[in-house]
Amino acid sequence: MNPMRMRPVTPAAPAGMDRRVFLKVTAAAGAGLTLGFWNGITEAQVSGPGKTIGSVAAGSFEPNAFVTIGRDNVVTVVVKHLEMGQGTYTGLPTLVAEELDASWAQVRAIGAPADAKHYANLFWGAAQGTGGSTAMANSFEQYRQAGAAARAMLVSAAAKKWRVPADSITVKSGVVSHASGKKATFGDLAAAAAKEPVPEKVTLKSPKDYAYIGKHVPRTDAKGKSTGTATFTQDVKLPGMLTAVVAHPPRFSAKLKSFDAKDASRIPGVRHIVEIPNGVAVVATSFWAAKKGRDALKVEWDDATGFKRSSTDILAEYRKLAAQPGKVSRSEGDAAKAIEGAAKKLEATYEFPYLAHAAMEPLNCVAKLTETGCEIWNGEQFQTGDQFAVAKATGLKPEQVKLNMLYAGGSFGRRANPASDYVVEAATIVKALAVQGKPGVPVKLVWTREDDMKGGYYRPIYLHALKAGLDASGNVVGWQHRIVGQSILAGTAFESVMVKEGIDATSVEGAATLPYSIPNLHVDLHSPTLGVPVQWWRSVGSTHTGYSTETFIDELAALAGKDPVAFRRGLLAKHPEHLATLELAVAKSGWDTPLAPGKPGEKRARGVAVHESFHTVVAQVAEVTVDKDNTFKVDRVVCAVHCGVAVNPDVIRAQMEGGIGFGLSAALYGAITLKDGEVEQSNFHDYQVLRINEMPRIEVYIVESSEKPTGVGEPAVPVIAPAVANALAAATGQRIHNLPLKLA
Amino acid sequence: MPTIYVNNRRMDIPSHVAGDTPLLWVLRDTLNLTGTKYGCGMALCGACTVHLDGRPTRSCQTPLSSLKPNAQITTIEGLTTKEGQAVQAAWQKLDVPQCGYCQSGQIMSAAALLAQNRKPTDADIDAAMAGNICRCATYVRIRAAIYEAAQHLA
Repeated sequence: MNPMRMRPVTPAAPAGMDRRVFLKVTAAAGAGLTLGFWNGITEAQVSGPGKTIGSVAAGSFEPNAFVTIGRDNVVTVVVKHLEMGQGTYTGLPTLVAEELDASWAQVRAIGAPADAKHYANLFWGAAQGTGGSTAMANSFEQYRQAGAAARAMLVSAAAKKWRVPADSITVKSGVVSHASGKKATFGDLAAAAAKEPVPEKVTLKSPKDYAYIGKHVPRTDAKGKSTGTATFTQDVKLPGMLTAVVAHPPRFSAKLKSFDAKDASRIPGVRHIVEIPNGVAVVATSFWAAKKGRDALKVEWDDATGFKRSSTDILAEYRKLAAQPGKVSRSEGDAAKAIEGAAKKLEATYEFPYLAHAAMEPLNCVAKLTETGCEIWNGEQFQTGDQFAVAKATGLKPEQVKLNMLYAGGSFGRRANPASDYVVEAATIVKALAVQGKPGVPVKLVWTREDDMKGGYYRPIYLHALKAGLDASGNVVGWQHRIVGQSILAGTAFESVMVKEGIDATSVEGAATLPYSIPNLHVDLHSPTLGVPVQWWRSVGSTHTGYSTETFIDELAALAGKDPVAFRRGLLAKHPEHLATLELAVAKSGWDTPLAPGKPGEKRARGVAVHESFHTVVAQVAEVTVDKDNTFKVDRVVCAVHCGVAVNPDVIRAQMEGGIGFGLSAALYGAITLKDGEVEQSNFHDYQVLRINEMPRIEVYIVESSEKPTGVGEPAVPVIAPAVANALAAATGQRIHNLPLKLA
Repeated sequence: MPTIYVNNRRMDIPSHVAGDTPLLWVLRDTLNLTGTKYGCGMALCGACTVHLDGRPTRSCQTPLSSLKPNAQITTIEGLTTKEGQAVQAAWQKLDVPQCGYCQSGQIMSAAALLAQNRKPTDADIDAAMAGNICRCATYVRIRAAIYEAAQHLA
């Protein structure tokens, strides 16, 4: 969910890499061929099934590579991205298996160590991390090349062994064979292949020869996640490990004044109570003891620096700002003049609340600090940032910070925190213990659900003001879009790249990139600074721009007296991908046929929306039923997605389904509100989320494409709210401008 | 020293474990059974669902002291019933999990539903599963997998 969704602008693209640097072969005891990058410092961690976290490090083999083939015939793919549900532990191994001609059954996925030199996100320059729906897109060539090189070496080894020409050897489903009847497994050839030279050049398959890409392969993590054996940070057990629960200030930026630990220290199991920069940590032998200890602390906070405003005040300020011109993000023609002279005019103001990520696994992190280094176990989403931040907090060098990437129980962006907030918090606890003469004690920091909900780093509040004009024939002659809201990137490592001339690209994405052909168009931005920590949230700027643009265009279509699909169609001539995606969703939805009527008193209608984010276009048609009391239900969603080559179609379908549910959750319920600086919500009773009884039926269709793959983790999210709002408007006539959605 | 049975094994809980400790944390911290997850601590999300004497129960709101002597607890690690196995197989066949964190709880609720009702309707599934939150919103596949498991059991 990191905003760096840009196309590669850095020289790190794998296609241009020196193959001799890219690939190096190592042979080690117990394993045969290892391909990819080699370095002797870090080691990969088992993130897959099994709970041997503590013992892995002591193993004899450190597979610092993209692909390792063992004598046991297991192909291990080292995945550089965090598996947080989006399927990257299936997607990247698919690329390797494809070019290696492996059998899917022999393929395993493990998480890469923190090592930006080798495992950087190729769209992020030199940084290692996961976000912006880039995992597949940036790895598409890199991982196929790794697989192809391994295959070539296996073939060379077989050719030598059998004394036949290499080009007379075939590889299929993990079996190397020759017309003479000779056959070998990868495991049989691994040791010999390790001695073969790394190919200078590999040729990738033609798409017509794909065995896995575009076909179905089961997820590598389904078994572990269906049997309770998948290891999340919450499940890490280390010898002597203690658990910490922290008392945080009730207001952002407030400080600790004093605390009385007498009662807390009497709780059986409480071992240490330490002050840290962000509060007071109670460290105990179990979570329950730590939590009881934390709750028994008597803490006084110094509120002088604390943030004390309310959501209502913030919105009032934003409304005033919206009356003033902002910094110009995009301007073509003269929108103000065109609207002024238009035959029909439309204006609307939209308000979007703070949103919490609220992943199922509340934030947590395990840390261990010794004199020589700090080791972290975490659902690690931003290795490079976290490595530097932990180094700074502990007085170490970044290379002394070792990160173990475990499965994340959801993230939606939160675990790639620009300030490494909870990771640094864990580091400061073990540092405080070390200062007290207890170095080397591993500590698992656990945030309760309430800590997680109140912990900030929300999707910001935004206010949008839109104006547009139609000529007498119903053509859009002018469009003005003003956005007011905190910059997510200001003050982060991404600011220098993604904030240009005062415009945070993530504040205006989806608005400044409006695909509709409108002759006079103006988009501007106010980015007020505010003491509320904010962050990217699954689909980032599109979470609000997708809603305002797609409901406003719908409202304009109604004003023009045109069908919402036909109206969009007429404005998308320059965007064939949008058009193709829209047409597919519309055709599959039965848009031109009437909906089956509801029960007496119910109103039913369809709504449509189409939006591009992270280079992927998604169109959705939502069907709603509105009851007599104006409650409503989303019955069915037809979704089309244009994401280039569909590497794992079923994973894409799953991301569309889940993205729709996640977006609908925010559309129906999502709102974090501040009252005098305090967060009013605390748990799932007052920050409600979508449940199974509210989940619509979903059909997903993938637009056929031979373009390079683009991301699918986020782009379904921003489309559902406008599709539903447009359906509600069609059913009731009510246009809803503020989220969450409520009919009057 | 309270005695409970977890996955058909007798477990003597050490006396230093406070009686107000929720079963969830007894399982996770004392017995090292980490398949059962902490999500909310208020019985709002269902991630901590186990079977207590056969009934789906939120272990985060079940203090150790509330357990009757010899209480029978089943966790995801010991889900060996026919229904449980069918549910786990269907979950894998349809690739239900995304992040996976809630799925132990989902599976325990689904297995309990099928143990009681081999032919659940959509409404039955809603009623049995609405207490289990999935933030990845894998609900479409959860429903499909319950039907798949039901069909397998038929």
